[in-house]
Amino acid sequence: MDYRTYEDIAQRIRVDVIKEVFGANSGHPGGSLSSADIVTALYFKVMNVDPEDPLRPDRDKLIFSKGHAAPVQYAALAERGFFPKEELGTLRKLGTRLQGHPKMGALPGIEMSTGSLGQGFSAAVGMALANKLDGNPGRIYAILGDGELQEGIIWEAAMAAGHYGLDGLCAIVDWNGLQIDGKNDDVMKVRPIDEKFRSFGFNVIMCDGHNFESLFKAFDEAKEAKGRPSVIIASTHKGQGVSFMADNPGWHGKAPDEEQAKQAVRELGGEW
Amino acid sequence: MADKKATREAYAEALVELGKERQDLVVLDADLANSTMTGKFRDAYPDRFFDMGIAEQNMYGVAAGLAASGKVVCASSFAMFATGRAFEIIRNSIGYTHLNVKVCATHAGITVGEDGATHQTFEDIAIMRTIPGMTVLSPSDAPSAKALVKMAVNTDGPFYVRLGRAKVPQFYTDETAAALQIGKGNVLREGKDCTVIATGIMVAEALAAAEELQAEGIDVRVIDMHTIKPLDEELVMKAAKETGRILTAEEHSVIGGLGSAVAEFTSVNCPVKMYMVGQHDTFGESGKPEELKAKYGMTASDIYKGVHVLMRG
Repeated sequence: MDYRTYEDIAQRIRVDVIKEVFGANSGHPGGSLSSADIVTALYFKVMNVDPEDPLRPDRDKLIFSKGHAAPVQYAALAERGFFPKEELGTLRKLGTRLQGHPKMGALPGIEMSTGSLGQGFSAAVGMALANKLDGNPGRIYAILGDGELQEGIIWEAAMAAGHYGLDGLCAIVDWNGLQIDGKNDDVMKVRPIDEKFRSFGFNVIMCDGHNFESLFKAFDEAKEAKGRPSVIIASTHKGQGVSFMADNPGWHGKAPDEEQAKQAVRELGGEW
Repeated sequence: MADKKATREAYAEALVELGKERQDLVVLDADLANSTMTGKFRDAYPDRFFDMGIAEQNMYGVAAGLAASGKVVCASSFAMFATGRAFEIIRNSIGYTHLNVKVCATHAGITVGEDGATHQTFEDIAIMRTIPGMTVLSPSDAPSAKALVKMAVNTDGPFYVRLGRAKVPQFYTDETAAALQIGKGNVLREGKDCTVIATGIMVAEALAAAEELQAEGIDVRVIDMHTIKPLDEELVMKAAKETGRILTAEEHSVIGGLGSAVAEFTSVNCPVKMYMVGQHDTFGESGKPEELKAKYGMTASDIYKGVHVLMRG
């Protein structure tokens, strides 16, 4: 597939994010849209996963540590064939498998219950440790929010990943610069994160989180690192692809109304 | 009676034996391996032991990841830090996911002694039992601790196992302990006037109190409630109906622990006169374990007095 194809997939996923969140009348569109290209790269090229056999022992696993961006993980899993797309309409509704934040075991492809920030990354470290112990070639990917890096457990987990040289672990920071209360730099400056991760023993890779050539190159570099974990710091825009949501913290956790949803879908090249 | 022995010592023995039987057992500690005694497992199976450093939150997150990958995990620290600091990780990453992690915590309660209030937890049973699906065990002596740890490791799902620092009397043997069942309290002494439902180190105190009361003609039933959740409701019901008085005894706050668990059940199903021995809404302090037990009201003498209060009423 050429990059154009991945871009098309990512846009379809974004359209589904908007429809999901509109249908639920709640949820987190901003950080879902910023992660859309990252999850597309992972599920459609980088990761060894099989929707027909979602529990294969040697599979790669994706832990969505920024669990509030569940709508984009659900959209990507459905697009990849893990479950029927129609189910996306049940997001956040009573009895759904598409819980407001991912629930392990509820849906194929969800490897850990996440949503309480920082905990997904810690569990990912445990999974990478298990794979190392068992000689399992499966790689563990964890998508982290930039605001999430303010949680102390992130750095405890990073310390452990570095200490145990977990080269089967690759964290991806969705660096969109915004969190609920505003800019990361204003709320609680967590930068510089490249130096922080490096000092904990990580192989640090910078990339453009909305450019597939850049993303694929980063993931290839991560795979080559031996004896240490990798982190890809992916520069992104919150709300990417929708003009009125882009770089606007107001769209962190708010559903669009019908007019806004229609406009968003139109801008993303989708059909209402 | 065999020599005194700490339940943490029994935990270490159980781990070493389990490590041989179960290749999927992984043990984690947070820089306290010599105190929690998981160091014995580390020395026997160094490839399956990971020190996570002084970072309890991440230790339990890592435990969840290991368990999600098919391991059975015992992760240890002092009860204060395991259940207090890491509560939300245990709740969301281990409880909500119902993973096979055993939170085996030592140095619980007042008998931590000289370390003082920051290290003496009276809240752990209370907070662990609020987690849906969490089994809560509180062994009373070394043989029962060893048997119950083995049962916990060989039973699927999350467990909290409360262990102590101090050496305590042994009244089980390996044989009698092997007959224990998770979720089933053990009647150590029959009686018809009053039932003492005790857990952890207070079981030995209850037995001593019962002896004294017997001399006065008061016939006390003593139950070792080693499983606080799920509570053996049948046995509590029977005690309420047959003896009409229940005294609970625990080395834990009377807010939220064994006493509360029993009262939650009896108040709805079989209202009965109750008395609670335990820590009464206060912090501890430094001192020798026996001095502290006396000062804070967790001895055989406190049980003895409590039974008399119940008998009067």
